[in-house]
Amino acid sequence: MSLTDKDKISKSADAIGADALSRMLVVYPQTKTYFSHWPDLGPNSASVKNHGKNVMGGIALAVSKIDDLTAGLLELSEQHAFQLRVDPANFKILSHCILVVIAGLFPKDFTPEAHVAVDKFFCGVSLALAERYR
Amino acid sequence: MVVWTDFERSTIQDIFSKMDYEVVGPAALTRCLIVYPWTQRYFGNFGNLYNAAAIMGNPMVAKHGTTILHGLDRGVKNMDDLKTTYAELSVLHSEKLHVDPDNFKLLSDCLTIVVAARFGEAFTAEVQAAFQKFLAVVVSSLGRQYH
Repeated sequence: MSLTDKDKISKSADAIGADALSRMLVVYPQTKTYFSHWPDLGPNSASVKNHGKNVMGGIALAVSKIDDLTAGLLELSEQHAFQLRVDPANFKILSHCILVVIAGLFPKDFTPEAHVAVDKFFCGVSLALAERYR
Repeated sequence: MVVWTDFERSTIQDIFSKMDYEVVGPAALTRCLIVYPWTQRYFGNFGNLYNAAAIMGNPMVAKHGTTILHGLDRGVKNMDDLKTTYAELSVLHSEKLHVDPDNFKLLSDCLTIVVAARFGEAFTAEVQAAFQKFLAVVVSSLGRQYH
């Protein structure tokens, strides 16, 4: 699986984002604290689905800026640092949930080599997102 | 003491009753060695671990993966006293094997992903939560005897 299999991923991006986010809210209930303003935190919630789409949009942006994630994600980093103030530990949590969803959807393609590439990428994204925190 | 819901208990029993140890064990360990290469430090005498293909074809890794996964069996049978169940193994990992306990989490993340791949849609968020809770308690028990 090469990252052109992100074509596989990008086709299902919205579904992946929604599933990963709702999984995160169930498996790591402490993450719900960031979404107390949503009326519904269930998997079919419009807020969850919409936000999953946003997150995957951010990841697509990161893919396009893969050679300089720090610069490419500067604005998103500032948003997370100054407005959202998400504890960066949660980036790891969401990354894990996205990996679980991808593994479930593409069991044959998500080989260990693909896994290490995607995990490494998510680590880079998480680092870039935390850049502006302090 | 850890409190398990009926759903959690039955989910764990169900997952392990369907477990193909000889496939999942090796898959989880090889994935861990590939995705987190520093974990290879504990397997110096396993021979060729130079690249992903070598790791995936390595019979010692495969055998050890199966062994590790079977190590979870005693936990599945003793969910109400995982601390005592894993005390001996905890001492072993600390005193003899000198494994950094952070690695237990890495392996359990890989195991979760392998199980997710096998179960597909059946690996719902609730099932994932139960499975990860079980692994987290095992991991914590394994780290308890370190000093």
